[in-house]
Amino acid sequence: MNNRERIKKAFLMTVPVLTGYICLGIGFGIVLESKGFNVLWSFAMGLFIYAGSMQYVAIDLLTGGASLIAAAITTLMVNARHLFYGISMIDKYKDAGKAKSYMIFSLTDETYSLVVSEESNDKKLYFLISLFNHCYWVAGCTLGGVIGSFLTFNTQGIDFALTALFVTVFVEQWIMSKNHLSAIIGVVSTVICLLIFGSQYFLVPSMLLITLFLTVFKKYTVEGDKDNA
Amino acid sequence: MPNLHSALMIVIIAAVTIFLRFAPFAIFRNRQTPQFVSYLGIVLPYAIMGMLVVYCLKGIKPITFPYGIPELLACLLVAVAHLLKRNTLFSILIGTVTYMIMVQFIF
Repeated sequence: MNNRERIKKAFLMTVPVLTGYICLGIGFGIVLESKGFNVLWSFAMGLFIYAGSMQYVAIDLLTGGASLIAAAITTLMVNARHLFYGISMIDKYKDAGKAKSYMIFSLTDETYSLVVSEESNDKKLYFLISLFNHCYWVAGCTLGGVIGSFLTFNTQGIDFALTALFVTVFVEQWIMSKNHLSAIIGVVSTVICLLIFGSQYFLVPSMLLITLFLTVFKKYTVEGDKDNA
Repeated sequence: MPNLHSALMIVIIAAVTIFLRFAPFAIFRNRQTPQFVSYLGIVLPYAIMGMLVVYCLKGIKPITFPYGIPELLACLLVAVAHLLKRNTLFSILIGTVTYMIMVQFIF
């Protein structure tokens, strides 16, 4: 595959992320601007933090007079799942060359799900996916900061595109594998923790429970899938 | 409101996020990835995708109107569409448009 084909493929793959990121990014930029932080702030946050849910939480932290320590701890909890993304990518990003640091930096939920669903092991493609998604996000945040309160068309519900993307990847993974125990563990653990800990604190317990179950049921999670060593 | 404290806070948030993203790669950089970590690398994607779907739906409240119906219906639609056509863009589009119609006009 030459680079032109790669660019085209990366773009086609990332279109769903484009719509979600632009809209969520604009939403973020608009809200941030309404709190007194101009477009330079939303641009910088989009560029350097590049984490949607965390950026929205950050608006609360910035305007609520939170301490720097509170901000650090909150970030740890909200973004802890990135630790787990990294673990799944260690082998995939192993020989990624010069772009490896950038690819690690720009690993978001959506980039993760796209790279994971891409079988070809094409590092340049992974890089382009990461880059495009980052660009969409920064563009959205910046646009939001610029537009401010002038946006009037009713886009209510459009950020469902991201949920739809995750469901699609989940279904695709389900179809492509024989052993569904890991997927089930993921859903069940998270639901359990959501019920026990509530929607604000359930992520870290979910990941711990997932890891626990995956460890305990190791024997059963890989049997039946011949391509797993 | 935007002042040095805000700027520092953003630096801290970015730094912690970067730390979390790089940590696994730094820890296992010079050694052969342990078998258990490789194992996690294989099964985690499935589990995390399940986790992410639930995470996206964390805000729905099945006890009060609209009982999460728009979200669950739209998710079902996405799943069925994908099972039938295996086209990512189509699945996302049809689910999202349906959801938007539901939340804007029906519920």
